Amino acid sequence: MSWITPIPTARCHGADEPTRTVVSNLPYEDQRPRNQPNRRYAGNAVKTNKYTLWSFLPINLCEQFRRLANIYFVGIAALNFIPEVNAFQPQVALIPICVILTLTAIKDAWEDFRRYQSDRELNGTPCLVYSRSQHGFVERRWKDIQVGDFVQVLANDIIPADILLLHASDPNGVCHMETANLDGETNLKQRRVVSSFCAVKSPFDPLSFNATVICEKPNNNLNHFKGFLEKDQIKIGFGIESLLLRGCTVRNTAAASGIVVYAGHDTKSMLNNNRPRYKRSRVESKMNKEVLCCVFLLFCMCLIGAVGDVPIYFIPDSDGNETPSVVAGVYRFLTMIILLQVIIPISLYLSIELVKMGQVFFITQDIDLYDKEKDMRMQCRALNITEDLGQIQYVFSDKTGTLTENKMVFRRCTIMGTEYPHTENGESGKWNGVELAWKPSVSARRHTGMLWCIKHGLLLSHSLEVIPDQNLLWSVKEVERRGVAGHWGLQGATHLEFFLALAICNTVVVSTETAQRQRVRDPVQSTLYDIPTSSSSVVSEDEVQGTPCKGHTRRRQTWTASSLAGPKEVHYEAQSPDEAALVHAAKAYGFTLLERTPSHVSVRLPSGTTLTYEVLDVLTFDSVRSRMSIIVRHPHTKEIILYTKGADSGIMERLQNSFEDRSQMKSESRVIANKTQKHLDMYANDGLRTLCFTRKVVSEKNYYDWLVLRQGAMAAIDRKDELVRKTAADMETNLTLLGATGIEDRLQENVPETIQALREAGIQVCVLTGDKLETAVNIAYSCKLLDQQDLVFTFNTENTVQIQLSFPQLLHSVHGCRGIHCNPVFSSTCPATAQALVGLVIDGRTLGLLLDSDLQEGFVQLCTHCRAILCCRTTPLQKSRVVTLLRSKLGVMTLAIGDGANDVNMIQAADVGVGISGQEGMQAVMASDFAISRFKHLKKLLLVHGHWCYNRLANMIIYFFYKNVAYVNLLFWYQFFCGFSGTAMIDYWFMIFFNLFFTSAPPIMFGIMDREVSAAVLLQLPELYRRGQHEGGYRRSTFWIAIADAFYQSLVCFFVPYWTYKGSDIDIFTLGTPMNTASLFTIIFHLAIEIKSWTVVHWVIMVGSVVVYFVVTLAFCAMCVSCNPPSDPYWTMQEQMSDPMFYLVCILTTVVALLPRLRFPLADRYISQFLSKPSEMSCLPRLGELVALVSLGETYFQNTFVFRRFKLLTK
Amino acid sequence: MMASSYNAKEEDGHHSGSVGPGGPGTGKSKKPDNTAFKQQRLPAWQPILTAGTVLPAFFAIGLIFIPIGIGLFVTSNNIREFELDYTGVEMSSPCFNCSQTYSWNNSCRCSVPFTLEQPFESNVFMYYGLSNFYQNHRRYVKSRDDSQLNGDKRFLTNPSKECEPYRMNDKMPIAPCGAIANSLFNDTLELYYVYPNGTKTAIHLVKTDIAWWTDKHVKFRNPAGNNDNLTITFQETTNPINWHKPVYELDPTEPDNNGFINEDFIVWMRTAALPTFRKLHRIIQKKDSLTPTLPPGNYTLDIAYNYPVRSFDGRKRMILSTISWMGGKNPFLGIAYITVGSVCFFLGVVLLVIHHKYGNRSSNAEIPN
Repeated sequence: MSWITPIPTARCHGADEPTRTVVSNLPYEDQRPRNQPNRRYAGNAVKTNKYTLWSFLPINLCEQFRRLANIYFVGIAALNFIPEVNAFQPQVALIPICVILTLTAIKDAWEDFRRYQSDRELNGTPCLVYSRSQHGFVERRWKDIQVGDFVQVLANDIIPADILLLHASDPNGVCHMETANLDGETNLKQRRVVSSFCAVKSPFDPLSFNATVICEKPNNNLNHFKGFLEKDQIKIGFGIESLLLRGCTVRNTAAASGIVVYAGHDTKSMLNNNRPRYKRSRVESKMNKEVLCCVFLLFCMCLIGAVGDVPIYFIPDSDGNETPSVVAGVYRFLTMIILLQVIIPISLYLSIELVKMGQVFFITQDIDLYDKEKDMRMQCRALNITEDLGQIQYVFSDKTGTLTENKMVFRRCTIMGTEYPHTENGESGKWNGVELAWKPSVSARRHTGMLWCIKHGLLLSHSLEVIPDQNLLWSVKEVERRGVAGHWGLQGATHLEFFLALAICNTVVVSTETAQRQRVRDPVQSTLYDIPTSSSSVVSEDEVQGTPCKGHTRRRQTWTASSLAGPKEVHYEAQSPDEAALVHAAKAYGFTLLERTPSHVSVRLPSGTTLTYEVLDVLTFDSVRSRMSIIVRHPHTKEIILYTKGADSGIMERLQNSFEDRSQMKSESRVIANKTQKHLDMYANDGLRTLCFTRKVVSEKNYYDWLVLRQGAMAAIDRKDELVRKTAADMETNLTLLGATGIEDRLQENVPETIQALREAGIQVCVLTGDKLETAVNIAYSCKLLDQQDLVFTFNTENTVQIQLSFPQLLHSVHGCRGIHCNPVFSSTCPATAQALVGLVIDGRTLGLLLDSDLQEGFVQLCTHCRAILCCRTTPLQKSRVVTLLRSKLGVMTLAIGDGANDVNMIQAADVGVGISGQEGMQAVMASDFAISRFKHLKKLLLVHGHWCYNRLANMIIYFFYKNVAYVNLLFWYQFFCGFSGTAMIDYWFMIFFNLFFTSAPPIMFGIMDREVSAAVLLQLPELYRRGQHEGGYRRSTFWIAIADAFYQSLVCFFVPYWTYKGSDIDIFTLGTPMNTASLFTIIFHLAIEIKSWTVVHWVIMVGSVVVYFVVTLAFCAMCVSCNPPSDPYWTMQEQMSDPMFYLVCILTTVVALLPRLRFPLADRYISQFLSKPSEMSCLPRLGELVALVSLGETYFQNTFVFRRFKLLTK
Repeated sequence: MMASSYNAKEEDGHHSGSVGPGGPGTGKSKKPDNTAFKQQRLPAWQPILTAGTVLPAFFAIGLIFIPIGIGLFVTSNNIREFELDYTGVEMSSPCFNCSQTYSWNNSCRCSVPFTLEQPFESNVFMYYGLSNFYQNHRRYVKSRDDSQLNGDKRFLTNPSKECEPYRMNDKMPIAPCGAIANSLFNDTLELYYVYPNGTKTAIHLVKTDIAWWTDKHVKFRNPAGNNDNLTITFQETTNPINWHKPVYELDPTEPDNNGFINEDFIVWMRTAALPTFRKLHRIIQKKDSLTPTLPPGNYTLDIAYNYPVRSFDGRKRMILSTISWMGGKNPFLGIAYITVGSVCFFLGVVLLVIHHKYGNRSSNAEIPN
């Protein structure tokens, strides 16, 4: 035990130390915690709840008081405790803040309790930990695990901590892991035992583990991990491929063991576990300015109160002296603040949260945004930016998987310069796609059957079926017939090598039936049980007849048959869909990938012989190299062969130019390369994704020389990525071109329509893709992003000066275009079509220049004048920089939509990030604010829900301001008649109730449920969306009109009762009662006029509010004899309600207060009639909706274009 | 009032029928319920403010409001009301001398003659009115103790702090405490009818039933105990500083009208909403149906002038008024109703003309299309 040195402990608490050192805990098992070497690392117990029972109150209060609004409120309440300035009973003044704090605290406590429960469940989960005393793995709880413990995870168990894999039951030292819990990806990931531990000691003995693990500090990068084992001065490197991640599930492996390196909160999954993001929406930040206006208003009102002065008689100050007038003025000022505090709508923040919760509920409930195939609803991950959806001006979209299906189909290939078009394949594929897209539910059984298939990722395998090209198949067969396996002639060999490369050069995992069965057992069983009448035989029969999903059928049959016969079928689990497509293509030609382990890969040839290659190394894919390679040893020839595949840009320049020094061959290879390049260009023009395949034979010496460098790079901690990449590039030289493939990625359904609609809605659509230029342009044409008549500018240069010179010219020509086409005939449609004429296509290299240099301004300007912007070959970082640039320079509202990990940056940079849960895992969804499953859903999400949410919220906020100002002013006017003393003619309880019960529900309901225009009209008239972009619903003028209206209404509500009761024997609260009641009616009816469509809910809440008002007021007036000294409203309401004057006053007040509101819509209507042709309005069938449209305001209807469309629509 | 268009929308062709009930997997499906509520397709009534709906509304308001207004106006005009300012600001006023002293109990008496031109037929209510008296000032309003007034023994001897500085006097608790009670209106008004021959006859002024029934019986109560002998009940307290008699001797004639339930006191304690106000003081009951309650003629108001108002430029008035179902005389509401009704009617006519003119033109224009 030479370990007992202070060094490890000294290392681990050095905070600057870039690494973490872990040693085995077993030698210290019996010692006190003080002596444990790993004691400073976090244990495995997780605690995500913020509070404990005792700390809840102080911590929660602290958190709540971080909000400025709450501090303001408490300050007001505290002021009330100063006798000189208090306006109410001090205790009573505490009620509003207490209510708000309590509601928020209850909400927080509930959420926290839920977290606590799930934590407790998680911490209590059993697991197996090695114990020295018992010489074996014993059952413990998750929370007992420490860093340095040895843990064993059995098949289908969830991994309790981040474990460095040291042993697996698989003889190859491989362990499979499903990361669905972590990133939603359903494919299995392979993990390997740290190289030197590989399968040597068959029963794993942790006691003999005497190395030190040195690895990096805990971080949240799920795809990156590095470190080494140090033992007797020998360093053995390992990476992410040896780390089992907490939260994942072990599959296909009976048992896996290892040492815990990160536990609890240090694990990668916990570090990735972000809370929902808090984004501040634009309306809200604008609203804050309005709140400041209210503060200013309050200040003015209080100042008037402070200056206005009426001396008080009969009541000297307590000490008998008179307060100096300045001090008295300050007191009055403070008193007025207390009295009029409601003008600052504190409850608005709470109401907005509630409204957004309701809006989110309705968005997620929308059946049109539900995807049957994936059984997924729309998800709202950010809860507080729903209304931003209604203001989007720029949409940045990824291409692959967003505009397209990302369901790859092998379409064409070229081998040795010969092109094989695979015509039938394309057609059948199309048919398949049509079947999928358009006839998803012929019958319930078929639908759900398919659903089941897709759920388990099996659709992939069936839709990837490839019908071989007859010519190619023939020539492959011919070649193979001629040669004995493994000894083909050089000429024919290329065909075989090409398919071998297809089958081998990838990271596709083969899962056998037995392994698969464990995984899907539960769903299968439950499906069986769910069918009430059928036994399993009925089901399988039924499946054979009816289900279009071949994979499913076959699977189900094998599932029943596999108990009799051995497993025949293989299933591929690929991390990217194009790899799966290639493997399936190879299979169609008879080259079946049978098995893949880290050490070997087996392929069955068309003749039936199986070749098992020893895998020497895999140079994994990265976006810098844009290629991947595999180094294998041929089983018969023992040659070391390197297969490389990649994008043509990454391959073509690395081709071997001298073909064994024979000029003839050299030229031949050149010809082939040229032909292939031509074919590649053709593929790209067809919108296919292209990949080149190459081969290279490596001599033993070269390989071993390289291996030394490689191992050094792998063990490096600093600059490891760079070194690894460099060594890979060193190997991938002098390649021999085998051929290339073209894979089709179909457009998703309704993409052109969606883009068209977004564009009509005034949204600029930009596509940022990593694909090559030709492919991207092609897709852009097919999805109507670019039109054939468009003028397309393509930037594909690295010359800064050139760009600089071309900019003014470009801008000029853009303007010129507009001038030409802006003729008088089409003047009304000019703004829409003029921008349609210019498309901008930018290559990644050029984009880098545009973003970096001082060309930014010109670029941004150009962007504003283009209808379509297409950026190709962009890196994730560039994507996000484009978004950030346009967002900050133009100040526009941006939305980014994407499906892959490469879109995460962009999604996070945009105001609104939308993730598509597609084939490429869930990273984009995890980073997004909203997650949808199809691109077409964006249309309804923006045009309908965005529009609704924005209008609802804007109207609700405006109404809220109005409501508070109207009510508070009532109190303010009274100050002129009570010597500015701060008397309220309404009992303070009623003032609280007024905001809390009587008028709180209607605006919230209004914000959640109002519907100006129906979804159908919004979808048919995307132009209506433009209103939100220009903040039509919520602008400064609207706010001030509402405030002016509030002033008018409060004047009416005050002075009508005032003049009625002036000079009479009325007392304070009896005067306040009709004012309060009239004010309630005015506020409720004002909302009633604002509400555009009344449903049952509206009626219930509106009528309910009035009923509640009367019931509560009567009850309070009857019961409160002296409950609220010194002011109590005993019997005032009853007294008033028995007086007919009360009703007459209330009716008159309400009518007078609302007369302008009644007149405004009418006037609007006449104004808009004069503006437009009135004839078009009077003849429309859906009059109701049209009038609602009219009341939306002038913005739409000054544009006669909309009118024309509407006319067409309604005819 | 408003046209309605029920549009229970039929646009949703996709009913849940496409997914068969009971099919495998439906139980677990996350498919949202296709209900009208969740899909925001609840049948909605969309009120439309068009000329066709708002115009009748205007006319209706006009037609309903104008008669109400006329009714109110006529009623208000039928109410007899007489006001007499007896502050004594002018030198010529009989109360000028009395008004010169700023004291609460100067026991100065004056009498003001006045003439009623018209008879007061029904019950006549006698009010006293004060001007520029901010009885609604916050510090004044809160200077009372409702618990004490409600007969709570604890607060009788230990009044609320709100009553300061009228809470204790010479270490004795004040009952009733506070500034409101302290400033109780304490003029005595007596009304005499002067026959043409010069003899005066006192008019009987009823001093009960002038406060709210609930105030008298629920809100204000004397402290429990020996109700017959309020002297003992209030023995540990002292009277407010400005009073010259204790609370249990407010009404020497009526034993049940003493203590906190003295109706003059209750009326005073219901603080007025506006700085110019009147308070019901006495009621003159109609004797029989033949003679008016107050016939036209000469009267004299005898005043025990105690209440000082000159310090805050206030005025004191005596008001005689009959009342109707709408209370005292107030022409405002009637005029307001008539005005609003007329304005609505006028607007309706104007809009009708506009609508007629332009509405017709637009429909004519539609025909050639």
